[in-house]
Amino acid sequence: MATAREERQRSLSLRRFVLSSRDVLLPAAVLVLLVVMWEGSVHLFDIKPFILPAPSAIWTATTEIWSTVMGHTMATLNTVLIGFLVSIAVSLPLAVLITSSPYVSTAVYPLLVLTQSIPKVALAPILVIALGANELPRIVVTFLVAFFPLVISMAAGLLSVPSDLIELGRSYRASRFQELYRIRLPYAVPFIFSGLKVAIALAVVGAVVGEFVAADRGLGYLITSSTAFFKTPLAFGAMILLSLMGIVLFQIVVVIERVFFPWSSGQETVVV
Amino acid sequence: MIEIDRLSKTFRSRDGADVVALKNISLAVRDHEFITLVGASGCGKSTLLRLVAGLLPPTAGAISIDGKPVSGPRRDIGMVFQSPTLLPWATILDNVLFPLKLTHQITEGSREKARHLIALAGLSGFEEKYPKELSGGMQQRAAICRALITEPATLLMDEPFGALDALTREEMSLELLRIWNEQPKTILFVTHSITEAVLLADRVVVMSPRPGQIADVIDVPLDRPRNFDQEARSEFQDCTHRIRELIFGNRARRTAAVA
Ligand SMILES: Nc1ncnc2c1ncn2[C@@H]1O[C@H](COP(=O)(O)OP(=O)(O)OP(=O)(O)O)[C@@H](O)[C@H]1O
Ligand SMILES: [Mg+2]
Repeated sequence: MATAREERQRSLSLRRFVLSSRDVLLPAAVLVLLVVMWEGSVHLFDIKPFILPAPSAIWTATTEIWSTVMGHTMATLNTVLIGFLVSIAVSLPLAVLITSSPYVSTAVYPLLVLTQSIPKVALAPILVIALGANELPRIVVTFLVAFFPLVISMAAGLLSVPSDLIELGRSYRASRFQELYRIRLPYAVPFIFSGLKVAIALAVVGAVVGEFVAADRGLGYLITSSTAFFKTPLAFGAMILLSLMGIVLFQIVVVIERVFFPWSSGQETVVV
Repeated sequence: MIEIDRLSKTFRSRDGADVVALKNISLAVRDHEFITLVGASGCGKSTLLRLVAGLLPPTAGAISIDGKPVSGPRRDIGMVFQSPTLLPWATILDNVLFPLKLTHQITEGSREKARHLIALAGLSGFEEKYPKELSGGMQQRAAICRALITEPATLLMDEPFGALDALTREEMSLELLRIWNEQPKTILFVTHSITEAVLLADRVVVMSPRPGQIADVIDVPLDRPRNFDQEARSEFQDCTHRIRELIFGNRARRTAAVA
């Protein structure tokens, strides 16, 4: 019996491996093809590098000053992570507060929407004047961009707990804190993670917006400064690094969810 | 001893209209008595259980358990809801231990006790599984284990077998009777199945809707331990017949008149 199950397990994991390699290989092949076509057409049509640089030119321009580029990448990563962590630290208690009473939610919700309707690009220069030309305005912009979807998804998760579960807690005289800690928060975990996935992607955008406006470091600064001198290949390199950063950070969130909250990601149920 | 004295519950619905869910319910339940509640949908069975559990305040009347008026949830009551309501993030073992965690009563022996209950419910080997890895019937059994873990003197069960297929249902009924025999407790059990109501109960409380009232309380004069062979007995037939009459009385008379 056990062997039959193991057998099934093995064939299942084999199938999953084949599937996942197909899922990885196919898009990778398409990507390679596109890059080759890009390289080919730039040479074929003799496109100026400052209009559209060839992939090889991007590669050379970026690796030439690799350590400088890495320094910019780290600076941006720093802003992204701090902004992201601050937005988690702010939105979790805020979501708890909003969901704790209808009065608080009526009082706070319009304010939240207001902060959201301010264009962050417009706000950034004002923040620089107010907070000084340092890291702080960039972190604030990152935070402002990232925290709204977090609050909304956390609040939605906290409110979506089935009333039976709440009654279960009440029937054992659970305190409000226990209800929050033992029932509402764990129930909200899948919602929180879907918010985190949106927020981490937005945090990268926020950091770059901040760097566009005022910075002497960071990938956003690298893009503005290199385009000012028509060094388009380097700007492209910075852009690609930014996308990679976004993808990697997003995947880290996905992995954290899968490792620490396996019941949340629901991967086991996805068997094609 | 549960004493329900002229209990009424009125809900104010959103549009301001009053819904009388229960009106003037009086019932005395002896210790270790098995009471089943049957009645049409919406006649206030769940509401009655919630009131006894202290989850809802009554509009009028009073409930007391062992002489003490019910003013809020009590920890010596176990509740089984119509759906299993297990915590999706906790294993079956942790789900069963959940009430002890909430009440800070986890001790060395708690896990052993939980495992014992889980084995009793036929779920051995599933302790470390998550609820979604279990069938509906298995989840419901786990929910019953959870209600039993605090060794409550009173067990309130709201259609606990409602979502189960007929076979599992019969099996679980007998299982419940066995547990009740081993650990005597007062049980209020809501069901839609008249046979189930008669098979399980010492007394069947038949309720009528709009407003929710007790139509009659029927003594079941069958020996214990119960089994499904007793269904053929005339006492059993009399009971089910009487309950049907109480629930469908008007409708039966109407169809008879047409015929
Ligand atoms: N929280 C509530 N607010 C307003 N009305 C309610 C509420 N709970 C129950 N009711 C009303 O009270 C009546 C009785 O409901 P209850 O859930 O107790 O019925 P029930 O006998 O358990 O029905 P079922 O067999 O379908 O579960 C219904 O008319 C219902 O609409
Ligand atoms: Mg009900």
